[in-house]
Amino acid sequence: MAIAVVVIARSRNLFGVIVLGGIYSFLMATVLVAMDAVDVAMTEASVGAGISTVLFLGALYLCKSEEARPVHRPWLPLAVSMAVGAVLVYGTLGLPAFSDPQAPIHVHVVPRYLHQIKQEVDVPNVVTAVLASYRGYDTLGETTVVFTAGAGVIALLRRRRKDRKP
Amino acid sequence: MRYDLVLRVVAKLLMPFILLFALYVQFHGDFGPGGGFQAGVILAAAVIFYGLIFGLTDARKLVPEPLVESMMAVGVLIYGGVGVAGLLLGGNYLDYFVLDPNPVLGQHRGIFWVEVGVATTVSGVMLKIFYMFADRGKVDE
Repeated sequence: MAIAVVVIARSRNLFGVIVLGGIYSFLMATVLVAMDAVDVAMTEASVGAGISTVLFLGALYLCKSEEARPVHRPWLPLAVSMAVGAVLVYGTLGLPAFSDPQAPIHVHVVPRYLHQIKQEVDVPNVVTAVLASYRGYDTLGETTVVFTAGAGVIALLRRRRKDRKP
Repeated sequence: MRYDLVLRVVAKLLMPFILLFALYVQFHGDFGPGGGFQAGVILAAAVIFYGLIFGLTDARKLVPEPLVESMMAVGVLIYGGVGVAGLLLGGNYLDYFVLDPNPVLGQHRGIFWVEVGVATTVSGVMLKIFYMFADRGKVDE
């Protein structure tokens, strides 16, 4: 993954960058499988590696396949992103250790979900049960967000096309 | 679109399996990984694949644009409708226990319809975005 990132940052051939982005997404999906988050891994593989690669290729079709030379030196953006990265790494030091059973996330509502699910919902995939039943409102909001995104794309791109016709 | 025999034959062979896999992910989401979102994306990916190989015009014939646009809205309406159905049957909004005399079966039913709604909206939006992008290219030429 690190190699893919470095090559993406260095390369000027946008087609190669898009393909590498897809590879990166697949590697990320395998990492998520290793962390037992199969549902998220599936989403990453289908959306990150599949759909967004296709959309990037569609965008690439509209522009040139070589990235333009930057007009100024990238030192300031580099410094800013390094600083943000350092702050984020510093923030992770405060998190509980990976797979620590005493972490707050594991002792708050998770035991209730895991123990009650058999009587209340009886769906073997706990992720689905939490997503669609216990957290139904969140998923409703999520679906509405997806819908709004689609409506926004329609609003932006369709008017453009009508303007051009006359 | 260029005429490419191998691609076309392979695409025709693969399409039913992709669609079947989407349905499997949709309806098996209760038991294994998957669910509405992933199934919707796979469904959209199947049509996008078809569009890439056979051209946008053929994909439009297969899944017409008005259908895609109404899918976007219908999915959210199905989801909201499940909530309203809970209200009408005397529960809270998005309360699945009242959807069936047996509360656990009510949960199953609620989750099923909610997932159907999510899948419909997601695949509609993905397809619409793809159509929009692909169309821009054609207009610009």
